[in-house]
Amino acid sequence: MAHTTHGIGGLTYDPAKKARPPELNVFIALILIVVAFEAIGRLFLNDSFLFNTRDNVDAIFNWARLNIIILQVSIIGIIAVGVTQVIITGGIDLSSGSVVGATAMIAMSFAQTAVVNGNPNPKAIFGDWAMDLPVIVPVMVGLGCGLAAGLVNGVLIAYTRIPPFIATLGMMVFARGLSRWWSNGNPISFPTEGYAAIGKGMMPVFIFVLLAILFHLILNYTVYGKHTYAIGSNEDAARMSGIKVDRHKLLVYSIAGCLAAVAAIVLSSKNLTAQAGMGIMYELDAIAMAVIGGISLKGGRGSILGTVLGALIFGVIISGFTFVKLDAYYQEMVKGMIIVGAVVLDQWRQRRSTERT
Amino acid sequence: MSELKLHDMGDIVLETRDLTKHYGGVHALEGANFILRKGEHVAIMGDNGAGKSTFVRQITAVEQRTRGEVIFDGHAVNFAGPLEAREAGIETVFQNLALADDLDVPSNLFLGREKVLFNLGPFSILDRKAMREATMRGLEKTGVKIPNILNTIRNMSGGQRQCVAIARTAAFHSKLTIMDEPTAALGVQETAQVENIIRTLKKQGEPLILISHNMRQVFDLMDRIVVFRRGRICANLNVAETNPEDVVAYITGAKTGAEYADVA
Ligand SMILES: Nc1ncnc2c1ncn2[C@@H]1O[C@H](COP(=O)(O)OP(=O)(O)OP(=O)(O)O)[C@@H](O)[C@H]1O
Ligand SMILES: [Mg+2]
Repeated sequence: MAHTTHGIGGLTYDPAKKARPPELNVFIALILIVVAFEAIGRLFLNDSFLFNTRDNVDAIFNWARLNIIILQVSIIGIIAVGVTQVIITGGIDLSSGSVVGATAMIAMSFAQTAVVNGNPNPKAIFGDWAMDLPVIVPVMVGLGCGLAAGLVNGVLIAYTRIPPFIATLGMMVFARGLSRWWSNGNPISFPTEGYAAIGKGMMPVFIFVLLAILFHLILNYTVYGKHTYAIGSNEDAARMSGIKVDRHKLLVYSIAGCLAAVAAIVLSSKNLTAQAGMGIMYELDAIAMAVIGGISLKGGRGSILGTVLGALIFGVIISGFTFVKLDAYYQEMVKGMIIVGAVVLDQWRQRRSTERT
Repeated sequence: MSELKLHDMGDIVLETRDLTKHYGGVHALEGANFILRKGEHVAIMGDNGAGKSTFVRQITAVEQRTRGEVIFDGHAVNFAGPLEAREAGIETVFQNLALADDLDVPSNLFLGREKVLFNLGPFSILDRKAMREATMRGLEKTGVKIPNILNTIRNMSGGQRQCVAIARTAAFHSKLTIMDEPTAALGVQETAQVENIIRTLKKQGEPLILISHNMRQVFDLMDRIVVFRRGRICANLNVAETNPEDVVAYITGAKTGAEYADVA
């Protein structure tokens, strides 16, 4: 049989014909938002959002502002990488922010240094045995906490069939209580140099980018990725095709828990302290990043690339509002509107796509 | 196609003995004794709710049966799940299409049995090229018109989706194909395509169970008709020796096969 471009029966494989990736729209939105802030700055504030307008510094870009965006984005972005996978399976994780708080507290207690300025560490949680431990100890403890939280979420959702919203809400409240109980509400400070190095300077960005690339590859090129999308797209079909749906969900929530733990370690290291209340509401920011990045809360659609772009948009908007001198209260309100707006957009997209079939 | 030795036990591909499924108080399937021989194409007919899909779900282990035996390929089988049934060689097009809307055609064809380059457990690397090529080859058999196999299923018409589901069964070398109302949602042309796939399977000597409400289709394509009524098999008819009126009578309960007299 002759081989035509149409194949037999009109079948084709034409990479050029593949539908436009939705990430492109998100990228365009990012550019537009940056341009909008730049325009507002030039027109009304006689300042530049992107570029350096001070004469005494010889840099083109306003690195101070960009750094803040990127750092802000990175730590919550690490959580968002996990949340993205959870949402693609059709689930949700409301616990990640509070798990960050609890994990930071617990990991930090194993990262303390015995002597501060010649005096014993005033914030010591444990006795001497837990002082000046090698950095691997707090890191493993932290990852263990995240994994445990993820496993519990996963078991509740996959095996006892509790809706993800409820299961992770329970975990959220539990983790908040745990972090307050852990040190009776006291902050835990003065980490070892090794621990402090984890979140130093641009390290959070580096870790975020590394994890984003890793999970981008995993989601696109491995069986794990394929099954994650399949479950979110049609759980019954996934089950009938022989995918071990429950086991897979357990894995996805565990990975999300571990990523929250990484964020906790980076955050507490960068701040050189951990306290109850840390990380609270980060879950909403992470979900917002994913939703802005084009994920569907119904599952099956979304990508790490989209979430990274969503995270950048999120960071640009927040720092843009600082730039145009809206104060913190407005920022909260705007954040709330972004989250709801993005979900409305998602539902509108969904309705449009179901109308077509 | 092999029509030889019809009564040789070695020719039996699938046999069920006393296959039964109760959903609580609902006796959806009761004591089904069924035999399918090599190369045979058998239709299962019956009213809505007669238990046809339930019968399929027990064979393919989508559900665990209440009672009874399934003998496939000479062995009594107890599949733990649908993947085991597929690995044993039973390909099924389920009535509620088991497709993932957000995935493209190759991903759907290979859902749950992806080809991999390196085995790293759940993180095994996909062999996307091999799956794409196998998809092209598999779909060529079916003659289905799909603009681009790398589009998601969501953007396809009901007929195209159905054809993908059917191509999935045709693309793999199976020992038995089961189709549950494959043409229920299809237009004239797509129905003809599906029927061509069925004819191809017949030529290749691959056995098939077809659930259908379409009398013409059944009489055109099948060798035998098994009629279900209220969860029980009530007739087993050779297409050559019966007619549509008769089959309707069995379906509605106006008539019952002699050997199934206890059903009525
Ligand atoms: N999961 C279930 N729980 C309870 N009852 C069920 C379940 N699945 C099927 N049934 C019942 O079992 C009976 C047989 O259903 P089944 O789906 O096998 O019918 P069918 O012959 O395939 O009908 P149709 O032609 O409409 O597809 C029906 O009465 C149905 O309501
Ligand atoms: Mg049915």
